[in-house]
Amino acid sequence: MRSFAYQRAADPAAAIQALAAASAGNNPLTEAEIQPLAGGTTLLDLMKLDVMRPRAIVDINPLSPAWATVSLENGNLRLGAMARMADVAANPEIQQNYPVVADSLKFAASAQLRNMATLGGNVLQRTRCTYFRDISYEACNKRNPGSGCAAMDGFNRTHAVLGTSDKCIATYPGDFAQALIALDASVDITGRAGTRTIPFAELHKAPGDTPQLETTLAPGELISGFTIRGRWPRSAYLKVRDRQSYEFALASAAIALDVEDGTVRDARVALGGVATLPWRARGAEAELKGQKFDDALAERVAEIAFEGASARSHNEFKIALGKRVVARALHQAVTMEI
Amino acid sequence: MTTAAPAPKANMGQPIPRYDAVAKVTGRAQYASDMPLRDPAYAYLVTSAIAKGRIDSFDLSEAQKVRGVVDIVTHENAERLEPAKFFSDGGYASTTNQPLRTAEIAEEGQIIAVVLADTYEAAREAAHRVKVSYTAATPTTSFHSAGTIAARAKGQVKRFKDDPKVGDFNTAFEEAEVKITAEYETPPQHHNPMELFTTSVAWNGDSLTIYEPSQFVYGLKNGVATQLGIDPDQVRVINPYVGGAFGSKGSMTPRTAIIASISRRLRRPVKLVATRDQGFNVSTYRAETRHRVDLGARRDGKLTALRHEGWEISSRADAYCVGGTRTTTRMYDCPNVDSAVWIVRADRNTPGFMRSPPEVPYMFALESAMDELAHQLKMDPIELRRVNDTTREPIGGKPYTSRSLMACFDEGAKAFGWAQRNRQPRSMSDGDWLIGYGCATTCYPTQMAPAAARVRLRHDGRARVEIAGHELGTGAYTVIAQAAATRLDVPVEKVTVVIGDSDLPPAPVAGGSNSTASTCSTVMMVCDQVRQRLFKALMPNESLSDKAKETVGVGQTPSGRAARSDQPLDREKAFDALGVNVIEEYGEWKPEGAPQDSFRAMHSGLVRIVGGPDFSGRIAYAFGADFVEVRVNRFTHEVRVPRVLGAFAAGHIMNPRTARSQLMGGLIWGVASALHEATELDERYARYVNDNLADYLVPVNADIPQVDVILLSEDDAHINPAGVKGLGELGNVGTNAALSNAIFHATGQRIRTLPVRLEKIEA
Ligand SMILES: Cc1cc2nc3c(=O)[nH]c(=O)nc-3n(C[C@H](O)[C@H](O)[C@H](O)COP(=O)(O)OP(=O)(O)OC[C@H]3O[C@@H](n4cnc5c(N)ncnc54)[C@H](O)[C@@H]3O)c2cc1C
Ligand code: SF4
Repeated sequence: MRSFAYQRAADPAAAIQALAAASAGNNPLTEAEIQPLAGGTTLLDLMKLDVMRPRAIVDINPLSPAWATVSLENGNLRLGAMARMADVAANPEIQQNYPVVADSLKFAASAQLRNMATLGGNVLQRTRCTYFRDISYEACNKRNPGSGCAAMDGFNRTHAVLGTSDKCIATYPGDFAQALIALDASVDITGRAGTRTIPFAELHKAPGDTPQLETTLAPGELISGFTIRGRWPRSAYLKVRDRQSYEFALASAAIALDVEDGTVRDARVALGGVATLPWRARGAEAELKGQKFDDALAERVAEIAFEGASARSHNEFKIALGKRVVARALHQAVTMEI
Repeated sequence: MTTAAPAPKANMGQPIPRYDAVAKVTGRAQYASDMPLRDPAYAYLVTSAIAKGRIDSFDLSEAQKVRGVVDIVTHENAERLEPAKFFSDGGYASTTNQPLRTAEIAEEGQIIAVVLADTYEAAREAAHRVKVSYTAATPTTSFHSAGTIAARAKGQVKRFKDDPKVGDFNTAFEEAEVKITAEYETPPQHHNPMELFTTSVAWNGDSLTIYEPSQFVYGLKNGVATQLGIDPDQVRVINPYVGGAFGSKGSMTPRTAIIASISRRLRRPVKLVATRDQGFNVSTYRAETRHRVDLGARRDGKLTALRHEGWEISSRADAYCVGGTRTTTRMYDCPNVDSAVWIVRADRNTPGFMRSPPEVPYMFALESAMDELAHQLKMDPIELRRVNDTTREPIGGKPYTSRSLMACFDEGAKAFGWAQRNRQPRSMSDGDWLIGYGCATTCYPTQMAPAAARVRLRHDGRARVEIAGHELGTGAYTVIAQAAATRLDVPVEKVTVVIGDSDLPPAPVAGGSNSTASTCSTVMMVCDQVRQRLFKALMPNESLSDKAKETVGVGQTPSGRAARSDQPLDREKAFDALGVNVIEEYGEWKPEGAPQDSFRAMHSGLVRIVGGPDFSGRIAYAFGADFVEVRVNRFTHEVRVPRVLGAFAAGHIMNPRTARSQLMGGLIWGVASALHEATELDERYARYVNDNLADYLVPVNADIPQVDVILLSEDDAHINPAGVKGLGELGNVGTNAALSNAIFHATGQRIRTLPVRLEKIEA
């Protein structure tokens, strides 16, 4: 960990102002010299490991009251970026109308972390690739562009099978993002140039040749909140992991369905634990729409969801597991009582 | 009584609350790194990123610029310390790979520099800014890598004298009616005690005080003195509480003498708190093992042939092995037994003791094979154990001091509901979940070592016991206080216990589950010396042994309080007769069969443990039976463990509360060792990959819904005056086998390589 300057931003304008210098230089966001601090459960962790080395941090917690609101109006859900994971997971309206959102948060991390961590920070959490998190490995294209990838032929059991490149196979580890991408959420972003709104699906980038570029946010920009249109009471998040709590997904599925008389009218499928970024399985959704739901359909859909998946030496199992998780999650969503 | 404090049965003490409970829950208990030092320099380690090769150069320029940096010590400027002898060769050290001597690197994580600074933060930042250039060579990682050297343990490891064998295995196996041959593997594991590996030191002139979590303050004191070339009397090790150890704090690691020598040079106290990931290399670990087990039996289940061959990883520097065949060859009645243990050297740090070192991996193999045999015989696995139960071990024909294995199976089976088990694998389910029941034998050798204690009694009944024992969270304070209170016949609240300080009378390493047996036997003896003096004052002409029974409890069996005096004033009278206010006694106790040099060795921090198979004329073990229910998801293959139950008999139980807690922790660890815990290696670099508590999996509460511990009464007059077998390491033996046997029962698939990860389950 390096010494750094600490600053508290009283309001959004002050935060944007304080972060202005972040856009200096041509660094990717994650290398920006000034970083906003929300719950700190990703940022401080990586600073202690000397992986992230900001010169200064801007504490945006004073923005909390204004940016932490959660509201369900006119059938649209608006989630403030500073809302804490625990609060959103415990919200009865969200549990009822968006079970996939509540569960993706509830099954993440630990109680302590969920109390600290914010939704904005959550979607920006960084990979758990152990080679990325350990600076004694020189080869990590994400941390050290052009240096190679230690995971490619190393211990890669938890790595991704979808959206990989020959530069990086690191899994995007978050759960909540799978709910957001499945439900077509949008993201509100505030920066020096004002505010803009983009589909959540456009926030993250696949590693490609530049795994160090993880999102489309510009340095100095802040996420202020997320919006989900419509209600999704028939939705579920199934997460499979090595232990029952306090552990990232080996494979997970966020499912939202609109089913009438056994026929699927609308379907959303997103995959966690298996891809390099929040992953929407659009092919799988297309296969579901208009069909009578049965086990054979679920299996077909699962196959489609993993088309094009490619494994390395230790993570082959994720393809078979991922398919089973998709099928089970569909089953769970179809049979749930709403 | 609550669940946490089971009512005592025959031959059990009272389940009194822990002596240190309030201090611990209020944060008053001071651990080694809590000890205040005056203006310390903070040390931060720089460790090697390669497992084999050499350091070409350091670039310290960036690091030295960090404000507050005091010094950076590398092999180029470190003081030359005396070499440390490996503990099993009669020394104190956990490894002989002494860092900071040369540019050579022999293991990942080897200490290559120590940064000293005025603050922890500055030391850490500077350490991160140290640049190292290496020339790396290709290391040998594990069994499957090129370049390993395998040789029999016999002849390399002093403690491992011979491979147990008896009869004619080959012929018997050939002729056996039913046979099993199977291979098993267990992974490397790290102790990861909650309390990190810390070392704080302060010099006062030529005297050195060390605050370090240690399972053996006398060993550490003598070891460090040897390395620094000073008189052991000038070294004092203090640690009243240890925040978990499990073997990792038993032998001296290189860090202590290094930090002490730096402190001497800086003329300033130094404090080191090694990080969690550094801890994977700073101390030892349980190395991976491989096993081949051959069992031959008659159709009625009687074993006719048993062979166990084990392979264990060790470092290039040291021959370490756990050699669990000494237990597995003696568990069941079998006339033809053969065994062999191999040590396979790789470019790794030296492994070491980890809770039930031999039994966890070796009993996994044996108890899995027994389950395989039972399945092949279409026999209930408990009945297979019954058919082969014995009162004599087969190798030397020595009788067990006591053995309640089948009683444990029977009580455990009843409480668990074993009778509801359908023997057919894959025959029980509940919705999406396949259900399996598994069981296994657990055992642990009963071991004791010499110890000394000082006991002071005041006329008002207040007593003080001093012994350099160790509180690892096991309940040492509590049981020592109970032993003294019972023996002196004073209320336990009046007993003060002082331990964890090498200025106190010596006690052995808190390892091998010998602590309670050794320290309590010693304390009881010295309390008797105190009582002897009181008694003589009152009745100069009587012999203590007859008369004292009626006065204040001397001569009582450990099983209970003998006749208590109706006149508690006896003590006061005796003090009056003596004309003193306080009496104090010192005594040294050694178990039967301890070698001649025991007491001298004890004062030099060398342990002379006796027990287990090497007991005089007999063999001494504690036993138990583990039961596990698993549920395996048909679709995702997730494994859940709704219930674990263990029934144990371990001689006199000093305190059912602390005993239960130990055994419960053991069972949980047993589940972990089957399902969760494994240190993953990067095969290319011989490096530990998941060296942190987010990636090194241990179970969380949600993984362990229900654990039941049943304590059986057992009286054993042959082991030691306290009648205690020791149970710290009994709980986590065999649980791994019971769990994987349950997975076989649930799925019909046998998983012979631990840990069981969901991808290993196929159906
Ligand atoms: C041991 C452990 C286990 C975990 N398990 C899980 C799990 O199972 N599932 C899961 O989903 N997550 C898990 N997490 C991750 C956890 O959920 C995230 O660390 C957390 O959500 C991050 O939120 P935060 O507010 O603490 O972010 P911070 O650490 O404060 O910020 C993270 C990053 O986002 C930036 N940032 C924060 N807020 C904003 C904003 N409003 N606008 C722009 N940039 C911003 C910061 O500068 C920083 O770079 C785990 C974490 C740990 C440590
Ligand atoms: S997978 Fe990505 S993050 Fe991990 S080592 Fe390779 S490049 Fe770095």
